[in-house]
Amino acid sequence: MSKSKPIIVVKNLSKVYKTDLLETIALNNVSFQIDQGEFVAIMGPSGSGKSTLMHILGALDKPTSGQYILDSKDVSHLSEDELADIRNRKIGFVFQAFNLLPRTSTLKNVMLPMAYAGIPKEEREATAKKFLNMVGLGDRLHHTSNQISGGQQQRVAIARSLVLNPALILADEPTGNIATSQADEIMAIFEKLNDDGHTIVMITHEPDIAEHAKRIIFIRDGKIVKDSPNHHRRSASIKKEVLAHD
Amino acid sequence: MIEYWEMLKESFLSLKLNKMRTGLAMLGIIIGIGSVIGLISIGESSKKSVTSRIESLGSNLVTVSPGSQRSGMVRGNNTVKTLTLADADALEKAGLSAISLVSPEYSSRYQVVAGDANTNTSIYGVKAAYSTVHNLKISRGRFITDSDYDSNSHVAVIGPDSVEELFGSSDYDCLGETIRINSLNFTIVGITVAKGTSGMGSSDSAIYIPLSAGLKQLFGVSHLSSLSIQAVNSDVIIQAQNQVGYFLLARHKITEAANADFYIRSSEEMLETISSVTGTFTALLSGVAAISLIVGGIGIMNIMLVTVTERTREIGLRKALGAKKNTIITQFLTESIILTFGGGIIGIILGIGLSYGYSVFNSSVFTISFSSVMLAFLVSVGIGILFGWYPARKAASLQPIEALRYE
Repeated sequence: MSKSKPIIVVKNLSKVYKTDLLETIALNNVSFQIDQGEFVAIMGPSGSGKSTLMHILGALDKPTSGQYILDSKDVSHLSEDELADIRNRKIGFVFQAFNLLPRTSTLKNVMLPMAYAGIPKEEREATAKKFLNMVGLGDRLHHTSNQISGGQQQRVAIARSLVLNPALILADEPTGNIATSQADEIMAIFEKLNDDGHTIVMITHEPDIAEHAKRIIFIRDGKIVKDSPNHHRRSASIKKEVLAHD
Repeated sequence: MIEYWEMLKESFLSLKLNKMRTGLAMLGIIIGIGSVIGLISIGESSKKSVTSRIESLGSNLVTVSPGSQRSGMVRGNNTVKTLTLADADALEKAGLSAISLVSPEYSSRYQVVAGDANTNTSIYGVKAAYSTVHNLKISRGRFITDSDYDSNSHVAVIGPDSVEELFGSSDYDCLGETIRINSLNFTIVGITVAKGTSGMGSSDSAIYIPLSAGLKQLFGVSHLSSLSIQAVNSDVIIQAQNQVGYFLLARHKITEAANADFYIRSSEEMLETISSVTGTFTALLSGVAAISLIVGGIGIMNIMLVTVTERTREIGLRKALGAKKNTIITQFLTESIILTFGGGIIGIILGIGLSYGYSVFNSSVFTISFSSVMLAFLVSVGIGILFGWYPARKAASLQPIEALRYE
């Protein structure tokens, strides 16, 4: 592991929410490192601070104290617009609720992050098509999100997360809103992406899903209570050959 | 930064998704811009038609009318006999420095007959100076001359409308024909050029005869109905008014100007009075229209705030995927500007239609001032920016986590 480059370095990270009367410590002095090529599941009960951690790792929120280095760049104290740039170029988001633009074609949805990166339209279209083909939706380019199933929507979201070749794929309960039969397909895609060298961090509370990862971090009350390799790694029962190769 | 053209296309699409709401939001701007354009144009065109009517009466014109200043303009014609031909002759001989021409006039309506046809029109007793003072042009023949006046000739110069009434067509060459006015024969020696003005006092239907013959044989009076004086140039009109006024006061042996038995006004004075009245009306009406424009703008702001709330999740997602603050502001400002600009264009068309309808209905001049159309464009875009700014800021300052969580 020492040969791999660290993608995430978190040092003494804390997040405190203050209201007039109450001070809630969501993350309490958390430190860990995730290297290139890892597939990590972050688990914990609700209220454990795993969502807060996910927001900070996703550059959607800033820590109260401590340091977060993403792909060799300290992002702990960047401005709002600089964070937008980091999210755009370094992180690929996959949300529980898919979060596709309504009444917009899958192709346009996948093209969106590249528009914010200032990539010319022809290139955007070609790249979006390539990744939609890769997740097996090459024949659904002009369907809108309400015309395809939940599993297909999540595959569009995965394609969208990949278009700018991010350093990190951040998945927040990626199978939470999907029928079990389709969840396996999604996990197969993640495994394939990890096999191809992508670094994946997945937040989940479902042990079944977490077992697809190579390493599992448990969080409770804002602290890491367990961080160990996953010895019972599960592989998606679906054959990975269903995924078209690029 | 996303390219602007695409932003524009996206904004159109999202406005199209809510046609009813988009239309209602635009309606306020349409009505506001439409009424501003319409009212300004109507004001301008009525001002123009009044101005052209006054200007056609003659430039640098000072008119002396009999009667007292206090009794005003509403007064029976030709009943006051205080202004005479002797006044005019004396004025002419006095050689006042600000005055170039003096035109004594008497007018009255008569039945005019030519063959089987007849018409009722104004007959003007004039001298040669009349055509210069009143800017009257001759299309055929000649105007009344000094020798016509001196020799009491029974000659007449006739307006094109009366030619048409009496001879069937305004193109008819009636020089040398005889017309009968109150049993007196007059030979036509000239035809005037149409001025295009219509209604009461139009010169196009008037008939001019020498004042000498008119006073003695036709009108049977010895006073004048008015005395038109041309000032040397437009800078000395006030001076001309004063010179004429003091001269006539002295001649009529009146010491107090307030007791004058005549009154003087200049065409500029009338123009100023009328344009200040129409200007006030236009300003008032435009003010009301501007208020409706502001109300329209508030409507836009309202709709945009609703839109921002509705699309909170979308905004959160866009920010999560890398949209910067300015990108979000531009996106929402674009939408509000499309709303107001679109409304502005429809409003301008509506306003032009309105003033066109008015001009047809009132048979007045149809004018659209380019500056008011430009102003309407700028104002509509300005309203889009002004009232779209707050909602756009609100959208841009949403926190991505809060926005993504929003149900």
